[in-house]
Amino acid sequence: MADTLTSERPDPAAFDLENAKTHDPHATNTGLTHNKLGMWLFLGSEALLFGGLISTFLLYKSKLVEITNPNDAAVLTRVTDLGVNIYDIPFTSVSSFVLLMSSLTMVLALAAIQRDDVARSRLWILTTAVLGSTFVAGQVYEFTVFAREGMKWDTNIFSSAFYTLTGFHGVHVTIGILLLLSLVVASLKGGLRKKHSETVELVGLYWHFVDVVWILIFVVVYLIPVAQADASAESGLARTGAITTISQIGD
Amino acid sequence: MSDTVKAPQSMETETSDHASGHEHPSEKQYIIIALILAALTALEFGTYFSSVLPDFLNGLAIPILIILMVIKFYLVAAYFMHLKFDNPLLRRVFIAGIVLSAVVYFVMLQAFRFFSGFNTPV
Repeated sequence: MADTLTSERPDPAAFDLENAKTHDPHATNTGLTHNKLGMWLFLGSEALLFGGLISTFLLYKSKLVEITNPNDAAVLTRVTDLGVNIYDIPFTSVSSFVLLMSSLTMVLALAAIQRDDVARSRLWILTTAVLGSTFVAGQVYEFTVFAREGMKWDTNIFSSAFYTLTGFHGVHVTIGILLLLSLVVASLKGGLRKKHSETVELVGLYWHFVDVVWILIFVVVYLIPVAQADASAESGLARTGAITTISQIGD
Repeated sequence: MSDTVKAPQSMETETSDHASGHEHPSEKQYIIIALILAALTALEFGTYFSSVLPDFLNGLAIPILIILMVIKFYLVAAYFMHLKFDNPLLRRVFIAGIVLSAVVYFVMLQAFRFFSGFNTPV
């Protein structure tokens, strides 16, 4: 009897092995990794951040201001119209295109690492970082031109909302570039293989989100105000065109 | 009974699901989507020259821009971010963030009379 009981008792080593097979310490109820779910929750919260910044811009861009023009005693115009006169839409369109194409190179990097093509993945990640840097360089150039033309951060309510929104986005792109470069470094050290493809996917999600936000900004901040400025000029509101007028508001 | 109980999935299981059940687009499909996005951006840029269009199209510039923006947003989120192919929970989390954002800021804009009579001189 004792022999029978002893023989029926499971072998501790065998039990642990079986337990290890059925109980994965990284398993989750959702079937998703914590990192991926966490990244999506983070992106959801980022939607709230940029929603706030875009709403603030919308709120201020329609303000009407009375300006004193050298030729006219008093002119009523939308504050946005003062800003859109110095927009360089062709230049910003090219920047938008560059950022959009960086999303393509990012997914190509992910596809490459998922089939363990490390060299090609590294190349696409580096290309994404270069395209992102080109976008940021373009934004720095644009800000410099605007400031030189008289539209500084504290010039008026429109310029403050504009720089805050686009500046926050630029910071996000810069952080994305740093993440991409860290992936390149990890890859060069041999620490980025197929089993790390989720890391590339998470950085990619962040990068695509930044791209998606720019899709909104490009239309809401640049193209729609320009279209509205054209419409307001047709409806009789002043389309000043004089950059000096902006500094007069600041004064 | 055992069929109704879902065993927790590990990272490896999820990866294999990706390989079998949730196929991501191929590289060729990614490039096609990028070309569509480029074409839509070109159309957006085209509205900048709306003054050369017939009068009846001038008033449509803003609605067209919004529609193009939504299509581009969808393409990037669905295909490049894989929301169309990944676990539906991720889609819900992201959409919840966007909807919450839209509702909160719509109320905020409404509170500041953005949609009616806001254009008072500053």
